[in-house]
Amino acid sequence: MGLKRRDFLKIAGVAASSMVMSEARANTEECTDFGDVFGVLVDTTVCIGCRNCEAACNDKNKLAENKDFTDKSVLSHHRRPSLEAYTVVNTFPNAKGMNGQSFMKIQCMHCNDPACVSACIVGALSKCAHGPVSYEADRCIGCRYCMVACPYQVPAYEYDEAVAPRVMKCDFCNDRIHDDNPPACVAACPAEALTFGRRSDLIDLARLKIKKEPEKYTDHIFGEHEVGGSSWMYLASTEFKATELPQLPHDPVPPYTETIQHGIFKYFIPPVALYGFLGLVMHSLREDENGNDVGGHDDTQR
Amino acid sequence: MIHNGEHPAPINVKYFTTGTKILFGIMILGLATYIYRLIAGLGATTNLTEQYPWGIWIAIDVASGVALAAGGFTTAALADIFHREKYHAIVRPALLTALLGYSFVVIGLLADLGRYYNVWHPMLPSMWQGDSVLFEVGLCVMIYLTVLYIEFLPIVVERFRGRVNLPGVLARANKILESMLSIADRTLGRITSLFIIAGVVLSCLHQSSLGTLMIIAPSKMHPLWYTPILPLLFLLSAIAVGFPMVIFESILASRSFKLKPEMPVLSSIARYTPILLGIYLALKIGDLTIRDAWGYVTAFSPESFAWLAEVLIGGLIPIFILSSRRMRHSITGLFLGASLVITGIVMNRINVFLVAYHPLYADKPYFPSFMEIMVTVGLIAGLVLVYRAMVKIFPVISVHTEEPPQPAPMQTSIVAGGK
Repeated sequence: MGLKRRDFLKIAGVAASSMVMSEARANTEECTDFGDVFGVLVDTTVCIGCRNCEAACNDKNKLAENKDFTDKSVLSHHRRPSLEAYTVVNTFPNAKGMNGQSFMKIQCMHCNDPACVSACIVGALSKCAHGPVSYEADRCIGCRYCMVACPYQVPAYEYDEAVAPRVMKCDFCNDRIHDDNPPACVAACPAEALTFGRRSDLIDLARLKIKKEPEKYTDHIFGEHEVGGSSWMYLASTEFKATELPQLPHDPVPPYTETIQHGIFKYFIPPVALYGFLGLVMHSLREDENGNDVGGHDDTQR
Repeated sequence: MIHNGEHPAPINVKYFTTGTKILFGIMILGLATYIYRLIAGLGATTNLTEQYPWGIWIAIDVASGVALAAGGFTTAALADIFHREKYHAIVRPALLTALLGYSFVVIGLLADLGRYYNVWHPMLPSMWQGDSVLFEVGLCVMIYLTVLYIEFLPIVVERFRGRVNLPGVLARANKILESMLSIADRTLGRITSLFIIAGVVLSCLHQSSLGTLMIIAPSKMHPLWYTPILPLLFLLSAIAVGFPMVIFESILASRSFKLKPEMPVLSSIARYTPILLGIYLALKIGDLTIRDAWGYVTAFSPESFAWLAEVLIGGLIPIFILSSRRMRHSITGLFLGASLVITGIVMNRINVFLVAYHPLYADKPYFPSFMEIMVTVGLIAGLVLVYRAMVKIFPVISVHTEEPPQPAPMQTSIVAGGK
């Protein structure tokens, strides 16, 4: 992408020069401190690819029946979170890993400023104060704009559900963490690859790990800053370029559309001004007309 | 308002011809597919996936449909707000096109919504989500559609006032209907202007916001189309395609109804098109230059061909054609120019919503299923058929007569279908 957000906003600012944009998003600007939300730190250097997290998630969310989670052959091909699995473990090439590869668990990142929540037309998706991005099927109209918006391409959709399809994704075991319990996947991890806690504590922990073993860890906490940061964060012993996680800018996604959107509707001034202007034109031209045709010059031969 | 012996009148023409019968067949197939979709779900009918959540039902039925219905507000602005009185002959056809266009956009959208029965949710204040671009588009379209129906009411009043004559048991309703029509007649004249301006404002809002939709996916959009001025480009291209759509539809209708096309008006209105298209193209190309993205045009990728095709077919070639006075005064030239603009704008909407959309983890590209295409084609056929019925019933199209025509009193019923 040849366009940085700063340039983007500059161009957007010129394009919308008649609109007041500086105060847009005042509400979200206030709560930029996401230190207190819950999060999980995924240490890919210790993940053994046992798929216990997948099994626990499957049990908790009652997704697929009779699925064999001891089968390690699925790890050889790339999978995405789906209706049947809110989380999947994939491999990525890594010279420092076992047999030249490492494992990476993938699920909803639970962004601090989620694009899906901003996109949702009816507020069916929402960011809970303690971290999870949760979904309320009863509100949903099924437009799938959240899927278009997600920078991680996580939400899945029950296309084969004829009447009441749902958006399907990890909800961070909202009920469990509400009672201060770790999500099912974290509780099931035998290798301590997953650490559950307050996001700020997890960032401290990650920094400590990197400091203690700088030769082991790459100095990058994925999810600390990406698209404004997320509850789920990753450590790796390789550059994240080598993993399936996308390379994303630090700016959150929602301001891209919200600055334009809130600019156009700033106190309803632009629409009302346009209405007034057109009304004035309509009225004044009618008066000037005085019964005469004011139609522009004609290049037709009547 | 109406002069020179031109009067909008119901068109007296046989409804069923070979052409309409074929369209009817297509519409029935589309309707059957549509009903099957509502019962069997999206998975059974579409090629949509987790990677490609939006397909042609959004790119063509909704996005292109809204753009092509822009003739309604551009013509209303020109004739009623800027008082270019000579264009009044095309205000009603343009209004009807917009009314039917938007109605079919909503019908098409319902097919795409996983929970179509929840389509009314955005109207509930408890569900309002002011951050969502889609929310604004949805509300604006709903309000605008209502405005369009209100703008059409005077035509209904004109047609039926003093002529309500329902047969049999329904006759009791005659008096009530008649008094409703006369109330409408008295009030509408005074407030129509308010609705006309509202229609233009609402159109500007949602035509541009449709362009804001894809701005939320910066990491998935191809740089040829991803720009912060996308909403402005959508608005300008919608304004540019408005008159060509009126010309296209007017020439087709006059041919179908064996009427003389309104050449003086159409040629005259076509003068605006090269200017409006020129403004749109200048911005599009200027933006590309500022963003330093010409490299993507010359990349010889599928995207660069899609972009070039859109700009040539929908921009440069029709600007060239419609700049020629000779071409504007020939039916062939006008029709060709208008058709190219329409094709180009549809290509642009498909490009923005489908070609430019690059999922992060795509294992197979999206191509619409046969059933998706059937629904889209069926909707277009349905729109043409309803249009034909409407102009038979209501005084929409202007016909040249010495005296204002007196349509025969309705003998049978209010909803006179095709005979």
